Amino acid sequence: MEIRPILASLRRHRIPATLIVLEIALACAVLCNAVFMIGQRIADIRWPNAIDEQGISVVTVNGTDPRLAASDIPRDLAALRGIAGVTAAAAATSMPLDQNPALSDFTTAPDGKTTVNTSIYFLGSGGEQALGLRLLAGRFFNADEYADSGTRDFNSTGHVVLITQSDARRLWPGQSALGRNLYTNDRSWTVVGVVADVLAQDPRFSGPGGRHSSVFFPLHPDAVMGDYVLRSAPRDRARVLREATQALGKLEPGAVVQGVTYAGMRGDYFANTRSMAWMLVLVCVVMLAVTAFGIVGLTSFWVGQRRRQIGIRRAVGATRGHIMQYFQTENFLLGTAGVVLGMVLAFGINLYLMQRYEIARMPWYYLPASAVALWMLGPALRAAAVPPVVATRSV
Amino acid sequence: MFSYYLDLALRSLKRNKALTALMVLAIAVGIGASMTTLTVMHLLSGDPMPGRSATLFYPQVDPTDDSRPDSQPRDVMDYRSAMDLWGAHRADRQALIASAELKLRAPGVNLPPQMARVLTTTSDFFPMFAVPLRYGSAWTPADDAQRSRVAVISSDLNNRLFGGANSVGRTLRLKDADVRIVGVLASWRPSPQFYDVAGGRFSDGKTSSFYAKPEDVFMPFTSAQDVAGNDFGVFTCWGDPQAMKHLQTAPCVWVALWVQLNDAAKVAAYRRFVADYAVQQKALGRFVHADNTRMMDLMQWLDFNHVVPSDVRLQVALAFAFLLICLCNTVGLLLAKFLRRSGEIGVRRALGASRGAVFAQCLVEAGMIGLLGGFGGWLLTLLGLWLVRRQPVEYADLAHLDGGMFLATFVLAVLASLLAGLVPALRASRVTPGLQLKTL
Repeated sequence: MEIRPILASLRRHRIPATLIVLEIALACAVLCNAVFMIGQRIADIRWPNAIDEQGISVVTVNGTDPRLAASDIPRDLAALRGIAGVTAAAAATSMPLDQNPALSDFTTAPDGKTTVNTSIYFLGSGGEQALGLRLLAGRFFNADEYADSGTRDFNSTGHVVLITQSDARRLWPGQSALGRNLYTNDRSWTVVGVVADVLAQDPRFSGPGGRHSSVFFPLHPDAVMGDYVLRSAPRDRARVLREATQALGKLEPGAVVQGVTYAGMRGDYFANTRSMAWMLVLVCVVMLAVTAFGIVGLTSFWVGQRRRQIGIRRAVGATRGHIMQYFQTENFLLGTAGVVLGMVLAFGINLYLMQRYEIARMPWYYLPASAVALWMLGPALRAAAVPPVVATRSV
Repeated sequence: MFSYYLDLALRSLKRNKALTALMVLAIAVGIGASMTTLTVMHLLSGDPMPGRSATLFYPQVDPTDDSRPDSQPRDVMDYRSAMDLWGAHRADRQALIASAELKLRAPGVNLPPQMARVLTTTSDFFPMFAVPLRYGSAWTPADDAQRSRVAVISSDLNNRLFGGANSVGRTLRLKDADVRIVGVLASWRPSPQFYDVAGGRFSDGKTSSFYAKPEDVFMPFTSAQDVAGNDFGVFTCWGDPQAMKHLQTAPCVWVALWVQLNDAAKVAAYRRFVADYAVQQKALGRFVHADNTRMMDLMQWLDFNHVVPSDVRLQVALAFAFLLICLCNTVGLLLAKFLRRSGEIGVRRALGASRGAVFAQCLVEAGMIGLLGGFGGWLLTLLGLWLVRRQPVEYADLAHLDGGMFLATFVLAVLASLLAGLVPALRASRVTPGLQLKTL
């Protein structure tokens, strides 16, 4: 196929050619970045969290008399465990993603420094089972450790701690974390177990370093524990939550009792992220549609304008195939020019966003992927090219 | 002549309905997206206290003991500094701000107890921020001094608890204390909730919580010390955790101070006053950093905290990129439309129409498309704002189109279409009449 006559023809029709290239380039640039941002948000929504998310319900009790906590909490738990379908129940200070961060910094030496925010969880007896923590090494807390441990100024007075796998790898790379000491200020605790990664109370606030940095301390019944964690089969969850809320409402008449499924809590945390992702999807779809329509409109006019040329070429012996080929090559050239320009633009925008909004670098494979997506507009170009070819039969 | 062009434009638009619809749609979609995001941006970045914001100031000091030399003053103050500065009464008006979440019940109302956000402040808060009251009145400076157990409640809470009736004189039970309602607010929805803004620079652009509704209960800061105890929201603490038993003496910052200063001389004097205070506290051994004080006005403080969420700014950028694509489209389609009529233009030129006249005629047609697109864009903006109102964000209820933005929709649409029509109109006016006439 001879390319020179095509280039010559494009030079004669500079404005429509430039417009098509520009439209494809702009669409490509915006599409790349929008899809990238959608991908980032989906990755956020899918942050792993090694607790039994589908089986857990959380009932939060606020405004009880702190002096009665030691007797009320065991009584409440006994009532909760009596609900049919509850496989485990425990009290806790907070839950992953409950947006109530209790953070501190933990180090491997007494005077160490770190920039990682670690989320602190205190669990009442049976908390590991109620949350469904996955033990990877060591052991869970024993009854003595639960009985001996209190809090002072939101620091554990016990001597043991469970840490996550991410922290174990970060703090003691290449070594076993079991039996090591974890320090904050002048206190220390011995690591007795390592569990699979549990999310922070507010991972966005804690930052990427603190996302899966969580520590668990045992705690005897204490007023700082405002959450009751219930575990059941997912199909019992709604009923268990309803009955538990009612039971606690009766047991603690003066308190504010609020129940939520863990799935609901996770949904709340990411509601904003999800709606932004859907908005970006909407933008992509409408943008592709607008671009496609625009290109169809422009090319149909443009091809129509060249009807006379096509007639002449047909008259001097060009087959219909030749003319189809001519237009397809032209489409390919314009499309490629648009995509190449679009990729440069997309990277430019990404670099700008990286500086302004601390967005990550776009992986290289987004570019060819979006180029392929834009080739879906190819049929649109071709559709516009066919009718005049048919029309030439009458010339 | 203009009305003749309008007539021509209308005829031309009617002739090829599909192409016209496509252009109007492209402009409408682009304008709809841009105006939706612009309206949200406009609502979130506005001045929450128009006319007053230049007289409202936010003094800051640094009570911490860390040795970092480049550190900023703390976002809020410790109890002692806040009380000292407030108690000096050097400003025209001054209000302390701290918030707590407390259990709330209304005796005699058959509703379960709930957790309520309580803003504890001082009596100047209401006149200083022009807070409107429906029933009763705010508390007085005497109430601040006597630690009176009084409260002002929001109209929302008044509706929920008392069905909107005048509840002045009734009692609320907050945590374990009874407080008497002295006032009920009329609806009040500052955007953002500026008096609570702090720490925005740490939140990585996720600042939509600054646009939450005002608190449900307002009570004197002084009496709240007895009622709320240690239940206040604390910004940050440092140093020895042993000392945190009592918030008032703890090494923690949790109280904000707003002052009203009506002229430049007073502003300068107050700046000096805060700086002198820090020097004096350093001499007393309470402060380590005497030179780390600052006082921004309201808008500077909002700017410093990047109150507009980064998602909103991103959406505006995205919408304008989208508008650009739509305009590119319109340029192409207008070009197609005008050049298709080359013959007609040739005849008009041959009959004596100047290039300028053809150019003007084409622009009138483009403007007409813009006007139609603006109408479609207005409808799409309403749809877009309806969608925003259904989003799970704090500012959702604020998203409404005001008169200014309504006009801006049409101005932007017509401007955009005229811009898009520029190149096609220029091309059309350059049509050589001779060549076109030959082909007729």
